[in-house]
Amino acid sequence: MRQELTSFDGGTAIRQRRASPMAWLLAAPLFAWVVAFVVAPTLIMLVYSLCERGTLGGVVYHFTWENYAAVADPTYLNILVRSVVFSLVTTLACLVMGYPVAFYIGRAPEARRNLLLMLVMIPFWTSFLIRTYAWVTILKSEGLLNSVLLQVGMITQPFEMLYTPGAVILGLVYTFLPFMILPIYTSVEKLDNALIEAAFDLGAGPVRAFSKVIVPMTSPGITAGILLVFVPALGLYAVNDILGGGKVDMIGNIIENQFKGSARNWPFGAALGMTLVVAFAAALWYTGRRPRTA
Amino acid sequence: MKRVNTMLAAWTAATMLFLYLPIAILIGFSFNTSRLNIVWQGFTLEWYAAIWRDAVLVKSLENSLYIASVTTAISVVLGTAGAWLLYRYRFPGARMWQTLIFVPMLVPEVIMGVSLLIFFVVIHLELGFTSIVISHVTFCFPFVLVAVQARLAGLDPALEEAAMDLGATPVGAFRRVLVPYLMPAIISGALMSFTLSLDELIVTYFTASAGTRTLPLEIFGRVKKGLDPTLNAISTVFILFTAVLVVTTELLKRRGTSLASEPPQP
Repeated sequence: MRQELTSFDGGTAIRQRRASPMAWLLAAPLFAWVVAFVVAPTLIMLVYSLCERGTLGGVVYHFTWENYAAVADPTYLNILVRSVVFSLVTTLACLVMGYPVAFYIGRAPEARRNLLLMLVMIPFWTSFLIRTYAWVTILKSEGLLNSVLLQVGMITQPFEMLYTPGAVILGLVYTFLPFMILPIYTSVEKLDNALIEAAFDLGAGPVRAFSKVIVPMTSPGITAGILLVFVPALGLYAVNDILGGGKVDMIGNIIENQFKGSARNWPFGAALGMTLVVAFAAALWYTGRRPRTA
Repeated sequence: MKRVNTMLAAWTAATMLFLYLPIAILIGFSFNTSRLNIVWQGFTLEWYAAIWRDAVLVKSLENSLYIASVTTAISVVLGTAGAWLLYRYRFPGARMWQTLIFVPMLVPEVIMGVSLLIFFVVIHLELGFTSIVISHVTFCFPFVLVAVQARLAGLDPALEEAAMDLGATPVGAFRRVLVPYLMPAIISGALMSFTLSLDELIVTYFTASAGTRTLPLEIFGRVKKGLDPTLNAISTVFILFTAVLVVTTELLKRRGTSLASEPPQP
């Protein structure tokens, strides 16, 4: 399914004809849709980010760098750094947890592979909102985990697990783990057994075979997995809302607050949004630039 | 090597437990008599009945189903036609178009939501069903397009040519030969876009009006207030729906690949 995301080449280029006027006409709705609802909104957001804030929450079309200067303000810079740290920890945890799973699934016999793949797909397609809510039950101070821990005597008093940074990162890892497993699985599945055996025959130990052969050959999947986790995790403020209880802000919360919350500063929100766009474009460019072995 | 494999198997099992235990607990408590999701008191279907008595929840479900249906219909047409055209014809800048189509699948939802909100305000489109459907189609149709493209990649070009040699017009060949061949991909793309639209929270949050609250928006508002077994019940329904969808899509894909070598039935 989304594993096709690992290749940006689209369909194969065989037997293509030059686009006729008729073909252009047929494709017009598609291109128009993309221009109108992907390109134009991004450009308008860029324009907004360079405008002054009007009274009553509007904008004044008067050029200024002020909003970007505000992004660099220590208050927001701190939030930005925190968001990046949270995302990095999430990405790393997903990679460490997910890689062995993807590897195992990719090398398993077909029937088991299909079953395990389906087991990864179900959480992949289940709303993150519901999956995050599931953790509220478990982590609440009068919740399941605390009562279990009390019962077995590991703790004497329930302690607050919900509304902590740890809970937010746990929620993010839980949300994004399948997004790491699936692209890596796609790369592992394409691995040539003979190459791994050759590495062993030539005297490589498991560690060297892994680091010198397996990791480089699955790097397209690893890169795609990082792309699918790191940037989206930066923006997924709702997990922070639910499991962090609004105690600490992430960049997504600040953006949301500029548009829908009490702050009401659209140009500043747009500037924060553009910061994320740049991060996203950089990640996309980096992924596209890498030579693909598979 | 065998020991490594055992360790990997154990790791995978532990990860599956991590992925499914919270979901299992969530489902379990949807059948619990107690209002507080802490101890098991007894079996009940009360919370499932409570969904239907909750007019606000039912209204938001109706909104969501309506939006997901319209979104899916538009996405299927746009995605299928788009995939075929990009496959069949060489457009200048095809790679750029392809990347632009992919962007909404990958971009953080908050960026999409915010940029579309500004866009709708600038073009003076009042927020409501139209703005939500436009937003949803924008990130749903690429999934149809990708699914159809994947199937087109395995197409025998002789098939379409044979149809045209036998007198079919390009559009006729598309309708009579290609569409049946692509059907498994179209159906799985449609199921994906329906689920994505039904589940979407953040883009919808920015592009909805007060009168067009969807189910995820309603759930999100209630989750922030605290635990509620009705939420467990409705979540369970969603999870089961997703599970059925995934299994169906996988079966379709498998049937699709086994059919790839045979000519499709007209």
